[in-house]
This record gives sequence, C-alpha cells and structure tokens, in this order.
Amino acid sequence: MQCISVETAVAMIPDGASLMIGGFMGVGTPERVIDEIVRQRKRDLTVIANDNATPGVGIGKLVSAGLVRKTIASHIGLNPETQQKMIQGSLEVELVPQGTLVERIRAGGFGLGGVLTPTGVGTVVEEGKRKIEVGGREYLLEIALRADFALIQAFLADYQGNLSYTLTARNFNPVMAMAADRVIVESAHIVPIGVISPDHIATPSPLVDYLVGAA
Amino acid sequence: MDAQAMIAKRIARELRDGMLVNLGIGIPTQVANYVPDGVHVFFQSENGLIGTGPIPEEGMTQRFLTDAGGRPVTALPGACAFDSAMSFGLIRGGHLDMTVLGALQVDQHGLLANWMIPGKMVPGMGGAMDLVVGAKRVIIAMQHTAKGKSKIVTKCSLPLTSTRPVDLVVTDLAVIAFPQGRATLLETAPGVSVQDVINATEAPLTVPADVPEMTL
Repeated sequence: MQCISVETAVAMIPDGASLMIGGFMGVGTPERVIDEIVRQRKRDLTVIANDNATPGVGIGKLVSAGLVRKTIASHIGLNPETQQKMIQGSLEVELVPQGTLVERIRAGGFGLGGVLTPTGVGTVVEEGKRKIEVGGREYLLEIALRADFALIQAFLADYQGNLSYTLTARNFNPVMAMAADRVIVESAHIVPIGVISPDHIATPSPLVDYLVGAA
Repeated sequence: MDAQAMIAKRIARELRDGMLVNLGIGIPTQVANYVPDGVHVFFQSENGLIGTGPIPEEGMTQRFLTDAGGRPVTALPGACAFDSAMSFGLIRGGHLDMTVLGALQVDQHGLLANWMIPGKMVPGMGGAMDLVVGAKRVIIAMQHTAKGKSKIVTKCSLPLTSTRPVDLVVTDLAVIAFPQGRATLLETAPGVSVQDVINATEAPLTVPADVPEMTL
C-alpha cells in the first residue's frame, strides 16, 4: 500500500478504464478523486456504481464532463443528464437491480462466476440470461463483475490501509474494494496503525493499493 | 386530511410490533409519520441502515447519514449500519416483514409495474425488483387514477417489476387485496361509494356484500 497524491493516483487511470465507484447518491463517493478525474479529463470510462448521483455531485460530475462511455447502475432517475445522453445515444446505460448489482460485484471479488437470484425472473431483466431451477424455484444466472479500478471512500484509514466506514457512506464501498485490479481509497481521516480496532476494520489492508487523503 | 396523508395513515395500521419495514420514496415515506401508539417498528433504508429516524433539524444534518433518496435523515438509538450486500440480503433473503412502494400500474391479479415508462421515463429499478421478490408483505401506496385513467388495470401495459403479486393496494379511494389472484375491494375511503371505486377502476373488481369504510 502506498500513500500518494490524488494527482498521481488518478494519473494511473488510462482512458477507457472500467471504474467501480462507491457511493449512494454521492454519499460515500471519493469526491476528490472524482474532481481529479475531471481535471485530468480521463475519457471513455465505464462506470459501475449504484447510481449516477445528480449533476454536480460525485459521478454526476463525470457524466456532465462527458467522460463516461458506459454506466452499469441500478438507478439513474435523479440524474437527468444521464437520461438525456442515454436517449441521444452518447452514453450506454445497463440497468441492473440493486441487489443483483451488488451481488455481481461481490461475486467478482469473491472468486465466483456469478450468482443465482430470483430477482428479475419474468421481467425484461431476464432477457438473454440463463434461467436455472433450484428446489422448484426459478433463478437468473447473473454473472460476476470486475473492474480495472475501484474508487473507494472510507471514513478511517490507517497508514497500513485498513479501512472502516461510517453510516450510510459504507454502501457499495467494501464490496467494490474486493472486485477491482487496483484499489484507490480516499479516506476522510488517516490515522495511526492501531487506532481502528481489529474488530472494526471492514476492509483489510492487503486489498488497498493506494491511499489518498480527503481535502 | 389530504389524500396522501390518508393513504399513509391507513397503511400504518398494517404495522405490527417488531416488524422490519422498508419504505419507498414518495407517499410510502409518510407512513413513518403515523406509526400507531405502542407499536415499535424498525425502518430499513436500502442504502444501509436499520433504525432510520426523522429528518434532522436545520443545522443538524450529517453528510454521511442519508435516506435512499440522498436526503439527510437521523439514526435512532440502536440503529445499525451495513453495506449494500447485507442490505439486499435482508431484502431478498426473507428478513423484511413489509415494504411499502409506489406504483405506476397494478393489474387485476396484483402484478406491479413501477419502474419505467418505455421511451418516456427510464429511471432504473433501483431496489424495487428485489423488494417485491423478497419482502414478506408488499403494500402499494398510490393515487387510484393518474390523469383520469385508472392505475388498477386489467393487464399492465408497462414493464413488470416482478411476477410476484402485491398483497395490498391502498389508494385515495379504496383498499384492495388479491385473494385467489382476483382484485377484491376490501374498504372504501371516507365519503367514497363502492360504485365510485368501480367507476374509477379499469380492472374487474370483486365486491363482497359488505365493504366497510376505511378506519384511520
């Protein structure tokens, strides 16, 4: 794990990269990292996240700047720009039920090929997917998701990279920290090793590659 | 009392002590304002909290504590925070006693469409599909009609949320359930006649001999 500047961290992200970005309506999204991606104008990004927040907040900034080629999300309803770009055809949107999205990411990080979920059976979500019956009930095979980078926001990080989260800013963060080749963490507070009790560490340090501080 | 408050108040009467309950955005959110005296329920927010409390006073907001719409909330004593995998494990895994959701259409068998209008509004399903698949009881809070057209239809023209039928629909005109897969009028709203409900409902409606007025 390395503590680096946000400029250096974002410089590692190539155009066309796939990014998992933590957060729920911007809460739990690493805002400094987002701002730096906009400043460095990283393009053609695939953004995997719960939602697209709103214009001017979190992932909404990437959408407004025209940096996103595709988004895989459960909800885009509070970002009219995403909806406009989707209708114009300049932004590809894959909508995934929220529980399925988090399980696909979890599968990607936990070494599984996918998961079987009853969610979406008999709806447009099942189109093109395999249906598997287990114990008399139908499930959809939903395949694992991984990304080149996970952009994570933590509440506390120690200098070794152990992370803890707070309240509703946790959301997708600990799951995404498992499912990307490189993990960049922005933490609200960076504390000495030992400050976070071993019982309260949600993401173990070996998962974290780069740590940047919050502003 | 306005129609939305009436719907929320009627649904609150379905709450039972100790339930874990998830409220959707809109009218469903208001159900939390009418929890009956002596009943304690746990409200889950799908973004990762059990024990959501009221909207904080001005100046008391916490930027890491919000509801599923991203608005500030509070956490009650005993509240518990968790990640999205746990949140939807609770929802899909049969641990959620009740969910209250809005709807675009409900059909005569109780099938729900509440997540998109093709070509017009494609917000995404968010947590709705998981909630309808997983919750023990699904209750719909909605206006009976939209722009003069019944939202209780013979067959949903909009994409379905799930193949699992909802359990109860509460509107500004009526309470409707789906025993044996048939829309059945259980109660009418104050001042609304059975004929008013039938006139405002596209779906065929089973009407028992005795249809009481909603108790609020």
